[in-house]
Amino acid sequence: MGTRDLFTFSNPHFARGVGITAAILILTAIAGFIVLPFAQPWVQFANVWDAICSAAGVPQRAASVTAPEQAKRLSEVVLTSHTLSRPSQEAIGRGATLAQRCAICHGPTGISRADSPNLAGQYAAVIYKELFDFRSGARSNAVMSPFAVNLTDEEIADLSNYYAYLPRLPAYHPTPQLPKPNIVIYGAPMRGIAPCGACHGSLDNKTGSPWLEGQSEAYMKAQLQAFASGERHNDISQQMRNIARAMTPQEIEAAAAYYASQPPEVVKAVD
Amino acid sequence: MLANRKLILAHFSFAFAVFGVALTLGAWQMFIRSPIGTWLSNPELYYRSLTAHGTVMGYVFPTLVAMGFGYAISESALEQRLVGVRWAWTGFWLIVFGSVMAVTPIALGRASVLYTFYPPLIGNLFYYLGVVLVVVGSWIWVALMSINLRVWRNAHPGAPVPLAMFANVAGSYLWAWTAVGAALELLLQIIPVAAGLKNTIDAGLARIFFSWTLHAIVYFWLMPTYIAYYTIVPRAIGGRVYSDTMARISFILFLVVAMPIGMHHTFADPQVGAGFKFIHSAFTALVALPTLLTVFTICASVEIAARLRGGRGLFGWIRALPWDNPMLLALAFSFVMLGFGGAGGLINMSYQLDASIHNTQWITGHFHLIFGGAIVIMYFAIAYDLWPHLTGREMIDVRLIRTQLWLWFIGMIVTTFPWHWVGILGMPRRMAYFDFGDPAIAPQALSVIFSVIGGFILLASGILFLVILARGMRAPQADAGAYRFAIAVHQPTTVPVALNTHALWVALMIALTITNYGYPILNLATTAGTSVPAVYVGAQ
Repeated sequence: MGTRDLFTFSNPHFARGVGITAAILILTAIAGFIVLPFAQPWVQFANVWDAICSAAGVPQRAASVTAPEQAKRLSEVVLTSHTLSRPSQEAIGRGATLAQRCAICHGPTGISRADSPNLAGQYAAVIYKELFDFRSGARSNAVMSPFAVNLTDEEIADLSNYYAYLPRLPAYHPTPQLPKPNIVIYGAPMRGIAPCGACHGSLDNKTGSPWLEGQSEAYMKAQLQAFASGERHNDISQQMRNIARAMTPQEIEAAAAYYASQPPEVVKAVD
Repeated sequence: MLANRKLILAHFSFAFAVFGVALTLGAWQMFIRSPIGTWLSNPELYYRSLTAHGTVMGYVFPTLVAMGFGYAISESALEQRLVGVRWAWTGFWLIVFGSVMAVTPIALGRASVLYTFYPPLIGNLFYYLGVVLVVVGSWIWVALMSINLRVWRNAHPGAPVPLAMFANVAGSYLWAWTAVGAALELLLQIIPVAAGLKNTIDAGLARIFFSWTLHAIVYFWLMPTYIAYYTIVPRAIGGRVYSDTMARISFILFLVVAMPIGMHHTFADPQVGAGFKFIHSAFTALVALPTLLTVFTICASVEIAARLRGGRGLFGWIRALPWDNPMLLALAFSFVMLGFGGAGGLINMSYQLDASIHNTQWITGHFHLIFGGAIVIMYFAIAYDLWPHLTGREMIDVRLIRTQLWLWFIGMIVTTFPWHWVGILGMPRRMAYFDFGDPAIAPQALSVIFSVIGGFILLASGILFLVILARGMRAPQADAGAYRFAIAVHQPTTVPVALNTHALWVALMIALTITNYGYPILNLATTAGTSVPAVYVGAQ
């Protein structure tokens, strides 16, 4: 008997094999697509076809209800790890000219003398996102917002590229390097706090998260408190608000003091 | 007679060498996230190790064992020299090369994506290309098994294919088809992103492709174990296979129903319809059937051996078994672990029960018990059985072999039972560390410590295994004779064509894949807006 005799219903093995398989398939399909959907009293189906489509996972159009107005403006920036990853020399040059107006707070070399963030060597995507958020109102600050409101998309990109291009320098008032506190390397797993270092350097870095080494302690503390109170709300999906709310005041102190005490060489090591 | 001993030995040696490395990593992982290790300050190191452990244990080790054993079966069961030896070596070197290519980016921390890939996580391109090379190398083996069987058939028209080869080829076809899912995921989804051609990925569709591979791959791992149950154990303990037909039916059933069930791995995934989840759940229940048939047939075969040795009574025959025979010991341990693991599997495949253990340590416990326990202990047995034929030297360390098998069994139970338990308590899997100082999970600390002790027992057993094999290569020379397989009580003289060929069952396997996977894949592939930005490992 060759394979030609195998694939025929006169061969009992073929007939039984195919028959039993098809029967099981049909029975399970009836149970899965018709019986079980209707066995859920909390779901209403228009007809059998509706139930089958639902069980098959056919995408259904959501009811046309307009989303409720957000009381606060949220960030609309989309970042990928490729955002502004290959700047041109011209863009950096234009950014340098524009950056003259930022120098009074952020320092002529991108290192602040006034507890504003140091921007020298910061990731371009980070500056890009914050400028967008200041412009749209998702983040607001009495000093920063008026500066950002008139920037064009290209100017924002140029500024970001320029600051990312600057060499990372030590803080204006360096402090002795502190050891890593638990909140930075372990987080607090039982309170749902990931380690700071998992996104902000020390352990790993995630797109859109700034590196923090050498930033002003007062600034970082103020931002964590602003996240915790909800006053600052431009973090995507409440990532930072959820963390800051769960942090104790001591942890906020420890994290801010630790990062402020780190020299920027540490960032280079993990870059 | 084994003509290509070097080829088979090369497969086994590389397989067991990488197994040793991955086992060590596994023990370290258990220790470092337990209450007795200090918290790892860099979780990335844990995931790096986990990716290496999974990639080696999931893709490299069992594939090489199945291939080496397959070549041995082809030569000894068919009693013909292997056709395509040069291709076989090509396949082997592809796997070696692919393994090195995949493990290098992992070691550099550029591919900590775990062996299940986890899109939208994207690692270094060379990691994926390495895995592809491993799969391509194994496909050469699939083709060779098919060709060798065909050559034999032409020389023996109408004769029943020896059971070992019939099962071996069934296993190779299952692998060929099940690997297609991961291959599609890699080629259509992941590699274009890893190569920088795209920067978004349809993670849901990728997970469905992977589930195509993920469950049947376990049955591919299982095949050498089942072949050993049927064709080595009865011979080694002086018994007969109770039913050759039952054995063939079991392997055929694996071929048909191991494939269309993978979506029980995606019960919690929103992108799959509940109807398809139910069908996959029902077919998963069916896959228990060939295992139950096997347990029945093998117990009957073992009973035959016991009665031939003078065993009497309803259960009295169990005492008459040659319990000092490592093969019987391995079988008994394997069955116990298969029993517990299978019972756990019934919970995993039940849509509702799965919800309580989904993504917990229960799952980790389950697949270690089934794969690391029931399956791998028979890999040891296969190696011990084949070693004298491959090296031309006798195995002198029977006591050590027994100790090794006992240690593996005890180690696996001590490792996986507490894992199951803490899983029920809700401990999540894939975590680099746990805060056992917190009162909420402090009670789980003791179970986790037991589990770590089990892990180190396993490591000791694994080292012992390698030592025994190494000593076996320096033992006095002895002619082991021809490598033989168990014969059945009624050796088949004629076998119906359906039970002597694979075509019908391969056709059913493909048909069920289309019915059970076709629509979900098509639906996800044609729905717009389902892709998400890729997350690059190590990207700033």
